[in-house]
Amino acid sequence: MRLEYFQMIDRILDIKLEEPSIRMEARVPTKSTVFEGHFPGYPLMPAVLLIETMAQTAGLLVLARIAFARLPVLAAVKSAKVRRQVSPGDTLIVEGRVLHEGSGFAIAKGTISVADKSACEAELTYRILPFPDPKVRIELQSVAAQVGLRLEALNHAG
Amino acid sequence: MSSTFDTVADIIAETCDIPRDEIKPESHAINDLEIDSLDFLDIAFAIDKAFGIKLPLEQWTQEVNDGKATTDQYFVLNNLCARIDDLIVAKTA
Repeated sequence: MRLEYFQMIDRILDIKLEEPSIRMEARVPTKSTVFEGHFPGYPLMPAVLLIETMAQTAGLLVLARIAFARLPVLAAVKSAKVRRQVSPGDTLIVEGRVLHEGSGFAIAKGTISVADKSACEAELTYRILPFPDPKVRIELQSVAAQVGLRLEALNHAG
Repeated sequence: MSSTFDTVADIIAETCDIPRDEIKPESHAINDLEIDSLDFLDIAFAIDKAFGIKLPLEQWTQEVNDGKATTDQYFVLNNLCARIDDLIVAKTA
C-alpha cells in the first residue's frame, strides 16, 4: 500500500473470472502522513481508505471480466460496515465478488479481514464507462500487471 | 401472480422511497418521478434480478442520444414494462 498515491492493493492471491471472485493482499504501511492526522498519537487506518481498498479490489475484478475494455468507476457504497480497527502494519486480505453485471454497471461485494477476522464489508456499485483516453487503459493495465494480474491469460479467457 | 407493472412499481417505491400510490403506469421515471441515473441503476439491478433479464440501458441511452428514440419509449412505466415483457419472452423463446 502507498496511501499517498491511493495504491491500496499489493498483490493478487487468487482470481477466478468465472465465479467471479478475487482475493488480494494489502499491507498497511507502518508510517504514512495519513496517520499523522488520523489520529495524532493514535494511528488508525481511515475507514474511507478501507472502502477504497475494497473498491479497487472488486474494481480490478470487474476490469478483468471485461478485459480492460472500459473503466469501472465507483458510483455507490452501500451497507458499509467497519467491524474492527485496522492499524499500521496490519496485513489485509481483501476479497471481491461480482454480484451482478448489468448494462453499463456492475454490483460487487467487498470484504476485508485481518488475521482471519472480519474487519470491513460493503456493497459497491460501479458505472462502467468508456476510457477517457487510451493512455488510462494502458496505465491501469500496468498497475494490474504490477499486482500480479496476467493480462495475456485474460485475453485467452475471452 | 403480480403483474410486471406491480413488481416494477414496488421496486421503484422501495428503491427510491416514493409512495407506491404515486407510481402510475403513465408515470415517466425521470420526468414525473424524478429518478436520477444513479437511482435507476439500483432499479435496473432489482429488475434484472426479479425477472432474470438484463435491461439494455446502454443501448436505450444511445438510441435516445442519437435521436432514434424518445425517453418516453423506455422510461414511461407502461412502456418500460412492455420492454421487460419482451425481454422475458426473448429469454424463454
